[in-house]
Amino acid sequence: MAEFRLPANSRVQPGHEHKAPTGSTRVRKFRIYRYDPTAGANPRMDSYEVDLDKCGPMVLDALIKIKNEVDATLTFRRSCREGICGSCAMNIDGTNTLACIKATEDVRGDVNIYPLPHMPVVKDLVPDLTHFYAQYASIKPWLQTKSPAPSDRERLQTKADREKIDMPSNCILCACCSTACPSYWWNPEKYLGPATLLAAYRWLADSRDEATGERLDYLEDPFKLYRCHTIMNCTYTCPKGLNPAWAIGQIKQMIAERKL
Amino acid sequence: MGFRSPLGRAIGAGSAKSGFEHWWGQRVSAAGLGLLGLWFVVSILGVDLGDHAAVSAWIASMPHATLLILLVVTLLYHSNLGINVVLEDYVHGGKLVFSLAVVRFVHVVMAVAAIYSIVKLSLGVQA
Repeated sequence: MAEFRLPANSRVQPGHEHKAPTGSTRVRKFRIYRYDPTAGANPRMDSYEVDLDKCGPMVLDALIKIKNEVDATLTFRRSCREGICGSCAMNIDGTNTLACIKATEDVRGDVNIYPLPHMPVVKDLVPDLTHFYAQYASIKPWLQTKSPAPSDRERLQTKADREKIDMPSNCILCACCSTACPSYWWNPEKYLGPATLLAAYRWLADSRDEATGERLDYLEDPFKLYRCHTIMNCTYTCPKGLNPAWAIGQIKQMIAERKL
Repeated sequence: MGFRSPLGRAIGAGSAKSGFEHWWGQRVSAAGLGLLGLWFVVSILGVDLGDHAAVSAWIASMPHATLLILLVVTLLYHSNLGINVVLEDYVHGGKLVFSLAVVRFVHVVMAVAAIYSIVKLSLGVQA
């Protein structure tokens, strides 16, 4: 059966409190999930008070400030700090998003930060995305053709055809959507999840691709595709404003049109 | 886990190449249920439900019996598909195989019992 409670060694305990320095003017409390696999202890929630007058506007700014000035053991991924690399995906204030484009001001009360839900945790806010990336690779996310490439130019595409892949091409594979999806929580081994299905749609919708049939063959499966019950958490949570739920609907429609 | 590659795990046994019939059946039976349900509610409103003879006579009419059997079969078919989805979501492994079989059996039994009752009532009354 699905497990609705965390296993005993995963239950979150209260942790350490770090007070703001005296003289702080605008204090906000960040409550952050901490887990160290080498410590042999349960995960805990540490809290850090940050003076927002001495910190950048985004949640990532606060995380970097905490790591630099308060607690160097705090572990998280980050790179571009402008919402294009997808590294700092985490659960902030109950919703999966990118810490670099989530303004602290938009959170009311304490800022609660957890790693992406229902993934194995490597350390603190760093989830293990190995399986997620392998699922992405399984749909062969590259152009597949049978006709040889034109000798003198690229494979051409009309402007209208290119526009069909604009939305799905904007996915940065941050995993916010897949880890927000209850279907993915209950069947992560077999259900591909919204991010991978959006990527699959990107190649199904590409006018230059000649493997549509093989791609649909691979997707037509009670678990790989049809675990999607249009819950729409994916579309709600996507920090890039994309619509994986719509793309999954398009895949189902393509399979229907092939059969009926 | 062992040394199996992440890609090998993700691909697993590959595609079952099915799932469309289930998805499509659920939608078609939902539409059918909407129409049959509307007919049933509107039609039964004109019958005195406290009067056994009146209800029996209503069922005994050929179009009523036909539509009622269709309603029962569509309802149970749709219910079976829906419960399958819930089980596939939350139950895994051998328990899933067993529970799917039990649910199918219960639905078939209910369908046979309902159809038998409708036929018996309609044949037992001179319409």
